[in-house]
Amino acid sequence: MTQEAKPNADKPRMSPFAYLSVLLVGAYLGALFVKSEVASWERVHAMFLLQEAYMYLIIGVAIAVAMASMLLIKRLGVRSVDGKPIKYEPKPYHAGVVVGGMLFGAGWAITGACPGPIYAQIGAGEWMALFTLAGALLGMLAYAALKPRLPH
Amino acid sequence: MTWILQPWPWWVSGVLIGLTVPLLYILAGKAFGISTSLQQIGAMCAPHSRFAYLSKHDRRGHLWTLVFVVGIVLGAALATHLLSAEPLRLLPESFSSPAGALKLLIGGALIGFGTRYAGGCTSGHSITGIANLNWPSLLATVCFFAGGLAVTWGLGNLIF
Repeated sequence: MTQEAKPNADKPRMSPFAYLSVLLVGAYLGALFVKSEVASWERVHAMFLLQEAYMYLIIGVAIAVAMASMLLIKRLGVRSVDGKPIKYEPKPYHAGVVVGGMLFGAGWAITGACPGPIYAQIGAGEWMALFTLAGALLGMLAYAALKPRLPH
Repeated sequence: MTWILQPWPWWVSGVLIGLTVPLLYILAGKAFGISTSLQQIGAMCAPHSRFAYLSKHDRRGHLWTLVFVVGIVLGAALATHLLSAEPLRLLPESFSSPAGALKLLIGGALIGFGTRYAGGCTSGHSITGIANLNWPSLLATVCFFAGGLAVTWGLGNLIF
């Protein structure tokens, strides 16, 4: 009886607490994207023009803090609040890392937004960013269509 | 307290953005990343798509990515209206035109296609990936900047 296969039985639903946490961490990050000006086209443009170190410093500090956090999490065996071990699933190498990466970089330079800041720009009332989001969804759809034919 | 209404210094922002990674892991058991939300939206709009990328996507398992970006929209709105002395323009006025809309649409398409092909964006690869010493993420980040610099210094002259 207990052997009976239940679809999705091994994938427990996320708790309401976890969903609320995700919403709040999202709001925290959205506020930061605005207050740090990471979502500002001018800042992104100045970064790619190598005019100011501002964005590089923010990204560098963010990576350093995240790296230190992961070291601590691994060293101390920290678990998530629902008791599960925290484990990073490595993102593999394939041709898309290079090709897709460069195409994304080009889009970042043109629009002044990477995926997070697209949503932040919309939240901040920059309605033209809805075109960036629409474009991103079209790009995602193009990838969905072409995926079987692209080298991975 | 007026400092809070100004743009925050880079070191404050950098530290707080970096903390998103442990916050999301500890509170929800999730790896910080944003571009999967695009696939989630596609899969929810077309659950029976003939593209396996959408129809085979675990919609319930990734629902949190959508909740996360709704949070980003709300947080950005709150920061703009309640935490800013004067509303910050994030996009230059020049984008408010049909040509600007086309530019954003094309740039957005490059973002959507590129991040999904690369398997992540600035959050998933550059912050979470590098923080976990994942070398393909470091390579992806170098490529992000290579593409951005190429457009800004060369190809950009054709566009702007």
